[in-house]
Amino acid sequence: MASSVAAPQPATAAATATSAPTAPVTPSAREPGFLQIRDVVKDFDGYLAVNHVSLDIAKGEIFALLGSSGCGKTTLLRMLAGFETPTSGRIILNGQDLAGLPPYERPLNMMFQSYALFPHLTVWENIAFGLRRDGLPKDQIAERVEAMLRLTQLGKYAKRRPHQLSGGQQQRVALARSLAKQPQLLLLDEPLGALDKKLREQTQIELVNIIEQVGVTCVMVTHDQEEAMTMASRIAVMSEGRFLQVGAPHDIYETPASRFVADFIGNVNLMDGRLSEDAADHVVIDCADCRHYVGHGITGTEGMAVSVALRPEKIHLGRHKPADEFNTARGTIQEMSYFGSYTVYHLKLASGATLKVNQSNTQRHRDDELTWGDEVWAHWSRSAHVVLTQ
Amino acid sequence: MTAPPALERLRGWFSGGGKGRRAVIGLPYLWLLVFFLLPFLILAKISVSEMETVQFKDLLVYKDGLLQLTLKLGNYVFITQDELYWRTYVTSLKYAAVTTLLCLGIGYPFAYFMARAKSTTQPALLMLVMLPFWTSFLLRVYAWKALLSEHGWVADALMATGIDQLLAWAGLIPAPGKLMNTPFSLVLGMVYTYLPFMILPLYGNLAKMDLRLLEAAADLGATPWVAFWKVTVPLSKAGIIAGSMLVFIPCVGEFVIPELLGGPETMMIGRTMWDEFFSNNDWPMASAVAVVMILLIIVPLAVFNRYQAEAQEGRR
Repeated sequence: MASSVAAPQPATAAATATSAPTAPVTPSAREPGFLQIRDVVKDFDGYLAVNHVSLDIAKGEIFALLGSSGCGKTTLLRMLAGFETPTSGRIILNGQDLAGLPPYERPLNMMFQSYALFPHLTVWENIAFGLRRDGLPKDQIAERVEAMLRLTQLGKYAKRRPHQLSGGQQQRVALARSLAKQPQLLLLDEPLGALDKKLREQTQIELVNIIEQVGVTCVMVTHDQEEAMTMASRIAVMSEGRFLQVGAPHDIYETPASRFVADFIGNVNLMDGRLSEDAADHVVIDCADCRHYVGHGITGTEGMAVSVALRPEKIHLGRHKPADEFNTARGTIQEMSYFGSYTVYHLKLASGATLKVNQSNTQRHRDDELTWGDEVWAHWSRSAHVVLTQ
Repeated sequence: MTAPPALERLRGWFSGGGKGRRAVIGLPYLWLLVFFLLPFLILAKISVSEMETVQFKDLLVYKDGLLQLTLKLGNYVFITQDELYWRTYVTSLKYAAVTTLLCLGIGYPFAYFMARAKSTTQPALLMLVMLPFWTSFLLRVYAWKALLSEHGWVADALMATGIDQLLAWAGLIPAPGKLMNTPFSLVLGMVYTYLPFMILPLYGNLAKMDLRLLEAAADLGATPWVAFWKVTVPLSKAGIIAGSMLVFIPCVGEFVIPELLGGPETMMIGRTMWDEFFSNNDWPMASAVAVVMILLIIVPLAVFNRYQAEAQEGRR
């Protein structure tokens, strides 16, 4: 950190990703460290699938492990469930070290990717499976199963078998089954991965509602950033077995700690440049096509190489040159993608670089609509940037 | 609601479908017609025919404007009355059932470990199961005769370990040391011969099982033992049934193995049929015995199939 850009507020330049947050982030978090992951390593014959990871998750939190496939998120989840044994490190749940406990003795339950419902059992029997293993009396099992059926609104499907249900219904059975034993920790492996887009959006909210109603602490794994953002109170972005950044969805999106995180979450324009002016209240960064005036308190040494990350929706387009000499670039519209609620423009800048700009379509028709080949000016505010050194 | 499957199939048969499709569906039916139904009808016809020295009398006779159908049911009546036939039917069903259960008991673990073995070793294991087929079935059964008779090394080994005492105590062999031509040698031969037919369908079933279901069971608190009984076994039901059918059905009518390895108390229906055909030369009687045996197997099978089809229908 010493040589890099110092960032008092907000933490722009990389809080070390593996350090545990000191304060609970969510309002529901009362006891920090309900789940403690301590320096966990998983070594598959010399390949570190999970590489010295530490994390504290508070009670009642919905925590998402986000990353592309092969980043180690599923391995970490499977170590929590007990299907993989950590090479080193400790996992402590509610004060109990889980090391050496086989999956069937752990006080947690998992909702599997594409559900793994028992095809030979009815919905009712699927939900009762775990309760029967606990040897509960019959009337108690029935009571709990009925409660779960009500919670997930599956009452009228109780006698059906999994393959007679739609994807969304199967997903609710899987949820009911994993909640039936009232686990201390709920693990979700790509909970909505098997659903189509429209259903997914609706189910995200439903799922969070049910989880919050039950009040169970939850760790989910997903490769879908929207899913992570809408459902989780905190997210860990994972790559190559490490946490790159841990934080609330808003923090990760608005103040990514590294080029990788900025690029991974959402769309971003990354520009390389050099710090040319360092004043008390601002810095100026020279890039190939523009000069950035960054208004929020960042300092560094003049001449140091930095990257500027700029979200496409924070840029405005106009036909006329803005008054400000900073934070503006001139380009030609090369591509336009219409998404209904907004349009994405790809501007070709003088250096040959491309600048992505999102404009919301607030009006149905505009007289002076931008189109292919138009020369336009892009400009953005003095607080729109994120300056990155990593 | 959709139409019942038979109706649906019929409709597909007549409308559209195309010629290729019809041929593909038709071929197995043609096969069954020519090689099962037709011979069966011939057998049934013989069983109700009267003998005229060496010729069968015609069932339908048209004489003087009178069409006469003559069915001789005496053979069937005789089967129900003579205790010998019932005893051999029961013996056949009993040994077939015992063989099936033993094959299941030995074949299930075998198939299970084969299916769970490393994918690189699975072809080798599969090869080992099929290897005995490279030697003639008759030779292999004959070999058991030598192995089990006096000074055969299997017999020696059984006697050295005292297992023959145990078998004699259980009544499977008449006396310690006497292993050949006993219920024991018969069942041994049948299990040995039919084991691959149990293992292969079970292996096919177990190999394609979704192993995540076992993880789900473990996650819900099932120990590996409980998960095996509550998940693996119910899900391999189709394989168990297929394997059992493949062993049970040929075992009921088995002739060669009881002949070579069985004894006087293991008289099975195959032997009775042989006697009727070739010793007594009473073809109608032999045919009646065969028809009853086929019905004994087919009726439960049909009932079971119907039940399976309904269960399948319920799943869809």
